[in-house]
Amino acid sequence: MRNRDGEIIMAFEAIAEILEKCNREQISFPEVVIQEDMRDRAVSREETWIQMASMWEAMHAASQSYEAERKSNSGLVGGAGGRMEEYVKKGRVLCGERMGRVIARALQMGESNACMKRIVAAPTAGACGVLPAVLVPLYEDGEITEEQVIEALFVTAGIGQVIATRASIAGASGGCQAEIGSASAMAAGALVYVSGGSKEQVADAVAMSLKNLLGLVCDPVAGLVEVPCVKRNVIGAVNAMAAADMALAGITSAIPADQVIDAMKEVGDAMHVSLRETGEGGLAGSKAALEITRKLRMKA
Amino acid sequence: MNIFDILGPVMVGPSSSHTAGAVRIGFITRRLLGESPVKALITLSGSFAATGAGHGTDVALVAGLLGMKPDDMRVPESLSLAKEEGLEISFDFANLKEAHPNTAVLRVTGESGRELEVQASSLGGGRIMVNKLDGIEVNFTGESPTLIVHNMDQPGHVAEVTSMLSHKSVNIATMQLYRDHRGGYAVMVIEMDQNVPREALDWLSRLEGIIKVTYLDKEK
Ligand code: SF4
Repeated sequence: MRNRDGEIIMAFEAIAEILEKCNREQISFPEVVIQEDMRDRAVSREETWIQMASMWEAMHAASQSYEAERKSNSGLVGGAGGRMEEYVKKGRVLCGERMGRVIARALQMGESNACMKRIVAAPTAGACGVLPAVLVPLYEDGEITEEQVIEALFVTAGIGQVIATRASIAGASGGCQAEIGSASAMAAGALVYVSGGSKEQVADAVAMSLKNLLGLVCDPVAGLVEVPCVKRNVIGAVNAMAAADMALAGITSAIPADQVIDAMKEVGDAMHVSLRETGEGGLAGSKAALEITRKLRMKA
Repeated sequence: MNIFDILGPVMVGPSSSHTAGAVRIGFITRRLLGESPVKALITLSGSFAATGAGHGTDVALVAGLLGMKPDDMRVPESLSLAKEEGLEISFDFANLKEAHPNTAVLRVTGESGRELEVQASSLGGGRIMVNKLDGIEVNFTGESPTLIVHNMDQPGHVAEVTSMLSHKSVNIATMQLYRDHRGGYAVMVIEMDQNVPREALDWLSRLEGIIKVTYLDKEK
């Protein structure tokens, strides 16, 4: 949005506007987000940086505190992240070692969330595993520094803000494409950024990752953030890696990121209410899910 | 939405609306009561009633009543902590019509015997809204300093409050007026940009016709 002087007063209504500001002021993607936050919340650069650093600290701590023995209250999830980790250690992963660890991390964070452990909503609690799943392995392998990770988190926040403004980041209004899809787009952008890709490549990664998850419905079994949520974090993370690699390879999206986001909104609006977090349609309406729901009700 | 609504909150899972938001509802109820609660009747409505148990909504509300924030790792153990701290809890379910789907009503008694009934809803992303205080409709989030004044429905009280605030250089962001019937009981809810000094609140609560003054300072 612009004021009458043509100045941009709200940077994050479009990815294109963020890129434009990068060009005009010759600053980086995360710098645009940092400056906008300083203006928006009237805080100093140091304050916004420290707050983002604390988000990373909490995310990293959460990813290290996984307990494989733990089950959720309902008993529906728990242990998958541990099993995947064991499997990766055996050394024969179809997707390769790195991707195997990304999958394990995504499962672990999703399960920690379901087991009432401390996590960072990114952008939601249900999708909290996607970002750490792709960032933590790179960080632990020494490929990226803490400073780069924090910058990347500013990139993800800018992307997420555009999605929240143009469409939605809530499963109840936009389906799972709005949660896991948004998380995946944020993660893809972060990956391109820390890998030294250009800001245009960041935008392409956002577009391609979100396109791949368009139409994904929100259908939690028994209304709980467990099935299919935990494993959807895996597709969010794996898809982000693939989209980032495509963008870094120079592959572009025919549909610009902002228009993909608009399409996501249109698809979300057209989604039947039974597929928007009501726990009625999709997987939640399957025979197995109804049986699970009945048993949980009896227990309660 | 600021960038830390996108990345964050740091919270105990599994759901920002059913868990983190519920902790915040418990916590704001405690702050509104202004003292430690010793007794609480918690009524869950809508989706809070339907899927609350699986999301830990019940333990989350109790955790907030005990003064915990959404990222407190003790949230899952709140029921046993409540017992230790002498907070007596009971739960009930209701189908409140025309209420937001994620709504809870907390009827609490404090250690001094003070009573309060708060109806609040969880809007998503951990954000909440207080909808009713002691049965009177209100609307505030508790994110900025908030002054709630219960007074007799007589002329002059609004002017008393606003002139006090301007005298203390406190800027009013929003102001809402409610009453149960003409000449009865009225409530002012004022959200502000700055904190109100303690002595100004004391002065206000001593004025004739002012029944109760409740104040929430900026949440840290
Ligand atoms: S299925 Fe629904 S609740 Fe589960 S992660 Fe996706 S959007 Fe969230």
